[in-house]
Amino acid sequence: MSAAPLLAIKGLRASYGKIEALKGVDLDIKPGEIVALIGANGAGKSTLMMTIFGKPRARAGSIEFDGTDITEVPTHQIARLRIAQAPEGRRIFPRMSVAENLQMGADATDSTEAERSTSLERVFKLFPRLQERLTQRGGTLSGGEQQMLAIGRALMSRPRLLLLDEPSLGLAPLIARQIFEAIRTLNKQDGLTVLIVEQNANHALRLAHRGYVMVNGLITLSGSGSELLQRPEIRSAYLEGGRGG
Amino acid sequence: MTTPAPAATAAVAAKRGLGAAFIFKKALISALVALVLFSLMIGVRTEAGPEGQLIYWTRFGDLGAMVATVFFGSIAIELLRQWWGPIETVRVIPPRVTSSLALARRAIAPILLIFTFLVPVIFYDQRYILDLGILVLTYVMLGWGLNVVVGLAGLLDLGYVAFYAVGAYSYALLATNFDLSFWVCLPLAGILAAFWGVLLGFPVLRLRGDYLAIVTLAFGEIIRLVIINWQSLTGGPNGISGIPRPSLFGIPLSNTDDGLAALLGIEYSPTHRIVFLFYLILALALLTNWVTIRLRRLPIGRAWEALREDEVACRALGINTTTTKLTAFATGAMFGGFAGAFFATRQGFISPESFTFQESALVLAIVVLGGMGSQLGVALAALAMIGGFELFRGLDQYRMLVFGVAMVLLMIWRPRGLIGHRAPTVFLEHSQTISSDLVKEGR
Repeated sequence: MSAAPLLAIKGLRASYGKIEALKGVDLDIKPGEIVALIGANGAGKSTLMMTIFGKPRARAGSIEFDGTDITEVPTHQIARLRIAQAPEGRRIFPRMSVAENLQMGADATDSTEAERSTSLERVFKLFPRLQERLTQRGGTLSGGEQQMLAIGRALMSRPRLLLLDEPSLGLAPLIARQIFEAIRTLNKQDGLTVLIVEQNANHALRLAHRGYVMVNGLITLSGSGSELLQRPEIRSAYLEGGRGG
Repeated sequence: MTTPAPAATAAVAAKRGLGAAFIFKKALISALVALVLFSLMIGVRTEAGPEGQLIYWTRFGDLGAMVATVFFGSIAIELLRQWWGPIETVRVIPPRVTSSLALARRAIAPILLIFTFLVPVIFYDQRYILDLGILVLTYVMLGWGLNVVVGLAGLLDLGYVAFYAVGAYSYALLATNFDLSFWVCLPLAGILAAFWGVLLGFPVLRLRGDYLAIVTLAFGEIIRLVIINWQSLTGGPNGISGIPRPSLFGIPLSNTDDGLAALLGIEYSPTHRIVFLFYLILALALLTNWVTIRLRRLPIGRAWEALREDEVACRALGINTTTTKLTAFATGAMFGGFAGAFFATRQGFISPESFTFQESALVLAIVVLGGMGSQLGVALAALAMIGGFELFRGLDQYRMLVFGVAMVLLMIWRPRGLIGHRAPTVFLEHSQTISSDLVKEGR
């Protein structure tokens, strides 16, 4: 795989006030890849996700999407470049119906009616549960269904890159597996590029082509998913007992 | 809402303490609190004597009556509450009743609308009712306007009266100084109010909740103070008088040869103008309603509601929260401006006294009572608030008391407002709706 990266992050630094959360992160994602980012609580995984979207702004370094520099682009315009995000904690719109939530995903991008209905069909094929619950309010869905809705909403913008922040958070193992399966299907069938942040290292590394390990705002390890799974330090830190197993 | 099994309902009832001892204890505590509170306030009456000395006398009878009222009132409320149940308990209602209730709910809006259209016909001779109708409709319109900002976009605005004032003064100044007609001034008043809405919007873009409320409150006061102090333009506390009355597209509704009555060859009556004003405000209110309903189905309306739900998620979905908030402020302000222009033309005289914080609070109360975001709820709440105010006029000094009690009861039984549910706006053509109880959980 020597194709030009879809997302290239170089020397990225970001901070909340005086606390530096990212201390020079390098990461790239090639088209059609699933990349997993694993690490303990507070390692800066979610911050990296959010910095890609410009909130918080990068202090130093650069973020390039498909060859253009997006480091200083306003958040809402980054989303219009068709980088979609299913944020941590799902953040669906609880008082709006499932159908309205899905529409919101397509509203900001200039999709035609035909494109909207194709996206919608794709979402329904992936998560038939959402079709059954179209008229229900988002807040009345179960946790797993809300995660499906968050991913579905992100897919409505026909993304070229999908960012998933802890999609398995707070879900029963069976449901989490369904979500991971759906991500795999998306990648295989549509060639969707995915960056997935997870504490569930085992699942994430199995799913991903490549993985990065983040500790205290720095990338400490990278390699293919299976390679990382074999590393003894990964096994001891993230897989056997301990945190995030 | 699902109906819990009878056992669950019983458990809820047990947890809330159905026992007579509980009710009695609660009433006793309430009575004790009332006794402490009222013993000085009501029990002892003080007054300055003729030579300035303090004279006082006791009113233990009144005090006793008050405490007894609280005691038995507490028992009554508790019994009532157990009979009715707060929002989380579900009484067993036969399905036939629920379905007919649902039918009634669907029919209420058209019936109300038709009735409103017929009000001037039915009550043609009763000037009081017509005036009251105009007042209620003005508040319905203000409520619908504020509903865009508060109900849909979720931006708590305590200074809505500012836009009402801008609209009223815009019309009054344009009409008295430049001799422009009502129909030219109306859109101008709306545009000016919208402009002020955007102006207010800019500094408060980063604020939410309480902070936003405080700044908008200040904004409302600033506008009022400017109006009072800018004597040369606004006439200060004296206000502006002699504001021209509206015409029916150039035909005045007056007792002259070119008036409407003369043109139609009917006898002139001052009621003609009242009826005209009634239909004018009805049309303006319906315009507000129509625009709001249309906007809700467009991406911008959806974005407003999404903004209310989760601002961060909105931004991540590519929504420009800045313009979205500003359009909400501008739209709400524009309708406030229209209502203000109407107010000015109806009164013929405006002064800063009409644009106090009390107005903002009243309109906000209408929106909250109606159920944030519900158009019908807001209309019903305006009817209840303004109509109720008039209805209780006979109760004299107890009017506010009755009103307060009514509000408390409403908050207990309908904490989300009169109409708390919101109708979805997206209907997908190929959607197959499956009732939620047909779908198995955890499949």
